[in-house]
Parts: sequence; C-alpha cells; structure tokens
Amino acid sequence: MFYRETGQYKTTYAADRAIFPIRQDRVAFAVLLLVAFVAIPLLANEYWLRSVLTPVLVFSLAAIGLNILTGYTGQLSLGTAAFMAVGAFAAYNLEVRVPEVPFLVSFVVAGLAAAGVGILFGLPSLRIKGFYLAVATLAAQFFIEWLFTHVGWFTNYSTSGVITAPPMTLLGFSFESAESRYLLTLCIVVVMAVMAKNMVRSELGRAWMAVRDMDIAAEAIGINLMKTKLTAFAVSSFYCGVAGALWAYVYLGTVEPQAFDVLRSFEILFMVIIGGLGSILGSFLGAAFIVLLPIFIANASGVFGDALSAETIAHLEFVIFGGLIIVFLVVEPRGLARLWQIVKEKLRLWPFPY
Amino acid sequence: MDELYFFLEVLIGGLLSGTMYSLVALGFVLIYKASGIFNFAQGTMVLFAALTFVGVLELGAPALLAAVITLAVMVVLAFAVERLVFRHMVNQPQVILFMATIGLAYFLEGLGQTVWGTEVHVLDLGIPDRGLWLGPILVSQFDLVAAAVVAGLVGALGVFFRTTTMGRALRGVADDHQAALSIGIPLHHVWVAVWSVAGFVALVAGLVWGSKLGVQFSISLVALKAIPVMIIGGFTSIPGAIVGGLIVGASEKLAEVYLGPFVGGGLENWFPYMLAMLVLMVRPEGLFGEKIIERV
Repeated sequence: MFYRETGQYKTTYAADRAIFPIRQDRVAFAVLLLVAFVAIPLLANEYWLRSVLTPVLVFSLAAIGLNILTGYTGQLSLGTAAFMAVGAFAAYNLEVRVPEVPFLVSFVVAGLAAAGVGILFGLPSLRIKGFYLAVATLAAQFFIEWLFTHVGWFTNYSTSGVITAPPMTLLGFSFESAESRYLLTLCIVVVMAVMAKNMVRSELGRAWMAVRDMDIAAEAIGINLMKTKLTAFAVSSFYCGVAGALWAYVYLGTVEPQAFDVLRSFEILFMVIIGGLGSILGSFLGAAFIVLLPIFIANASGVFGDALSAETIAHLEFVIFGGLIIVFLVVEPRGLARLWQIVKEKLRLWPFPY
Repeated sequence: MDELYFFLEVLIGGLLSGTMYSLVALGFVLIYKASGIFNFAQGTMVLFAALTFVGVLELGAPALLAAVITLAVMVVLAFAVERLVFRHMVNQPQVILFMATIGLAYFLEGLGQTVWGTEVHVLDLGIPDRGLWLGPILVSQFDLVAAAVVAGLVGALGVFFRTTTMGRALRGVADDHQAALSIGIPLHHVWVAVWSVAGFVALVAGLVWGSKLGVQFSISLVALKAIPVMIIGGFTSIPGAIVGGLIVGASEKLAEVYLGPFVGGGLENWFPYMLAMLVLMVRPEGLFGEKIIERV
C-alpha cells in the first residue's frame, strides 16, 4: 500500500543510476541515518554504545571488506583477522614512532599497510582457487599472528605483547566518551560503506563479479584477471585494516595479537554468509546478528541459569550457536539480505497480492 | 657424526609424528572425496569420539565395549548429519557447506563438553611411551605404534575401497555424483556410510592423540595441522594424505630445530601452511590430487 513506485518516473540518467531508485527507500534510509546519528547517541546508554553498537559497526566494516573479496570476487579468505591485525599494528606503530600524525591519517595508513599485505598474500590467487586458496590465506593468518607475537618491534617491545592505543584527539577534541567514539566509528563506517556500494556498482565491481561467476570466461571477454583479483584483495584488505585499527583504537583501546586469531576470521566469515554473500546491506545485518546472538543467548540462559553451572551454560551457548548457524544455512543459504529482499517484494503487493 | 645422528633422529621423529597428522587428514579426505564437502568439523569429531570413549570407559565399561559404543554413537551422528543438515543443502555452493561444518564443529564441541565435562582425561591404552634405541638413534616407541596403526588403517581402507560393494559405490560417487545416481547408487546411503567411516577414523585418531596428549579440548586443534597435510597431498588422495603427513611432520620438526633458534621459535604453527602454499604455487591441485580441468 505504502511501498509502491507507481508514478515515480526516471527522467534523467542520474535518476536511473541512483542507489535507491524508489522514493520510499530514500526516506527510509534518511530516517535510519537520522536514528543512527541523532536518536541513538541521545537515547542509548553507555553499555549499549560501547559494548554492542560500536563493535557491530567495526565488524560491519570488516564484513564489508571480506564481502568484497568473497561475496563479490569469489575468493574465499580465512585470513580476515590477520589483515585486521596488520591495520591495528600499523596504526599503533605509526602513532608511537611519529606522535605528530593525526589519528585519522594513521587509520588511512593502517588501511594502506593492510592493502599491501593483502596484495602479497593475494598473489597465490592467480594460480590457485577455492579451498586451496583458503589455505593460502590461512598461511597469512598464522604467519602474521606469529610475527606480531614473536617480533618485539611490532609491539614496541612491550613485555606482555599487548599494545595500548594512544588517546585520540582531533583539533583539540578528545574522543573519550562512548558517544563520541560511537559517532566517530559511525562516520567512518557510513562513508566507507557508501564508497563500497558505489565501487561494486562500477566497472571495477562488475569485473569482480564476472571473475566470481567464472574467471576463465571473464578472462575470455577481456577482463585482466591479475589486476581484478589483486585490486579485490587490496580493497578488501584496506577495509579490514581500517576495521582493525578501529577495533584497537575505538572499541578496545588495548589489543594483543591473539585477539586476531583464526576464530575471529571464522566469525567474520559467518557474518558475511549469514548476512548474505555479495551484499553491502547483508554485511551490516550479519555483523549485528553475530554480535547480538551470544548476548541474547547469554541473557536467555540467565533466566533459567540457576539450575545450571556457569560452565554448562558456556557449553550450551556453543551448542545453540552452532545449531542456529546450521538451521539458518539450511533455511536461507543466501542470508538475511535475501530475506529483506523477499520482504520488500511482498510489501509491494501488500495487501492485495495477485 | 653426532650431527648426522641428531639430524636423523629429528627427521625420524618428525616423520613418525607426521603419520599422526595423516590420521586426521584421512578423515578430511574421505568426506571430501565422497561429497565435495570440506569438513571442518573433523577435528571436533576426533575430540568428540575421544571424549565419548573416555566417558564410557569411566562408567566402567571394558575398552572393547567402549569402542563399540563410541562407534555406534559416531554412526548415529553420521545419520543425523546427513538427514538433518546435508540432505537439505544439496547443490549449495561449497562455501555454504563449509560454513555448515563450522557450525557443526561448534555444536559438537559444546555438546561433547556439556555431556562429558571439560577436565583433562587421562587415556592409557597400554602403549609403552619410552624411548627405543635403534643403534645410535633414539625413537619414541609410542610414535612407532601410532605409525603402525596408521599404516594398518590405510591398508584396511584401501582394501575396503577396492573390493567391497560399498567401497566401489564410494569411488563412483567421488568421480561423479550425477553419473553415480543414474546407475542406481543410493547417494544418501553412501553419504551416511562415508561419514560413518570418517567417524571411525576420528575414533582411531582420537584414541591415538588422546593417549598422547590426554583427552582435552586442544586435540580438536590438531585439525589445523591436518589441513596443510591434506593440501600438500591433494584433497582427493588417500596416499596423498600419508605423504603429506610425512612431509609436514618432518619439515616442521626440522624447521623448528634448525631455523627456530634464529627467529624465536614457534614456527610449527605456520610453517606447514607456508610449505603448503609453496607446493600449491607449483602444483595447484597438490601432489596427488586430481588434475583440475576447467572449461567455459
């Protein structure tokens, strides 16, 4: 009834290329941004801002990065957390060694450093595919974790191997409160998400998708495989690197290399799969789902928690988490983004479907 | 001369421990061969089988009965996995199936520890764990026994695959799902069978690893060692899993001993992966894998 595009004519090329061609979508998106930028900082409490919403945003960014590589270009990666680690440690080392650099610049450097490492570990993708490639990215995962643990230079010879992010100040303003940190993350994530959305609609994104669908056919129609695959690795790693820097600076403040272990990589892959492969919106939905699910399970088990020991509950959480993942993959393997699409299609005909 | 003996000792120790990686890699290869599923839960299945075995043993059952009961549990698990998960996921992309097995790994890990607890169980199968001098070279007796078990298992699986009807069906399915279906091989039964066999291999691996390290959560991490083994050997080759295990076992021990002191140790975690990556650069399908042929 309300979700009809009847009478909305596209009269210019710009209108035809719009991200949200339907007016209702544009309104909804504007409302969403308004809620995220104004309502949430005003209404949400410290716990929600610091421990739920900020990590959701940081993970969304990492998930967008992985989605570019796995969802759009079809290169399976199990090393996402390693690229995040590169970002976090690059930003830290730059700040420690050159304290004059503003932290936003060091975030960009973090992304660039991760992109460089990403290209390096993306080189095998020119020759190997599928799960064999996943193992090459696992090599990156284990090697980088080992490097940051064993080479003291990267942690500035901290004895515990833990790095502590220096305070973030911009033009005299110090990002200390939960609200300011949330808003900082939100700004970066929104800008980078819009960039990603536009990238995947451009020539580059279409080349990525052609490679995903069949790389030999893509090569035959004149797509430069090497360039396309390596840009996918670079862009994806850039996003992961910035996410890693945000994770270290904005979310936790202190990180150890073990925070970026292979389980973190799996977690981000879960977000991409549950959210929907090849969807920017899905990256956000998946990140929210995976971050919120354990919190939800923990609260739910708290209700009848008295009868069970804390250890049993921790194990039951694993059982429920694993079970839900499987159920989800069986019911809708194309993820939450696909469910959202189905809802929109139904809504167009509601309440009078043919 | 001592240098040479030391080198040989490290090499043989590495080769023998490598066969134990092969044991876990074998489970991966079996399932991949018959269904194209990269089963990340294999490591957890090893843990789950070992936990169940020890749990039943501690209830007072004799070892043989405990083994039979555990095997029965693994077969039930195979049925459940096929019926509840993979039957509904035919024709999905491989990455989705892979994620489902990670979900399964979480599920089994939680379930096993909920039922049997988290404390480290000691598992004593009566395998002697003393050094044995072969001339001037010291070899672990335990590793020798484990290597013999692996050799026996691979032999038995080889006979099973070559001669029995089910083995032939498995090879048929591995070659081509569609062709196998069209000549009347029941795909679902075959999948249950192969998951059961993988469960059996997991049980053997769980017993060997469990009596080496104690039955605890960390034995599921052995799977991470088995992945490069399988990659080097090739996803689809049982002999490949053995050769890969030998290569990984020997090279990681040699690297740890001869390169480790220069870089601060801890190479064992990533060295096999780097090696696997280098092998893949030369042979993209692993040493013994089937050649990948692609057409547009």
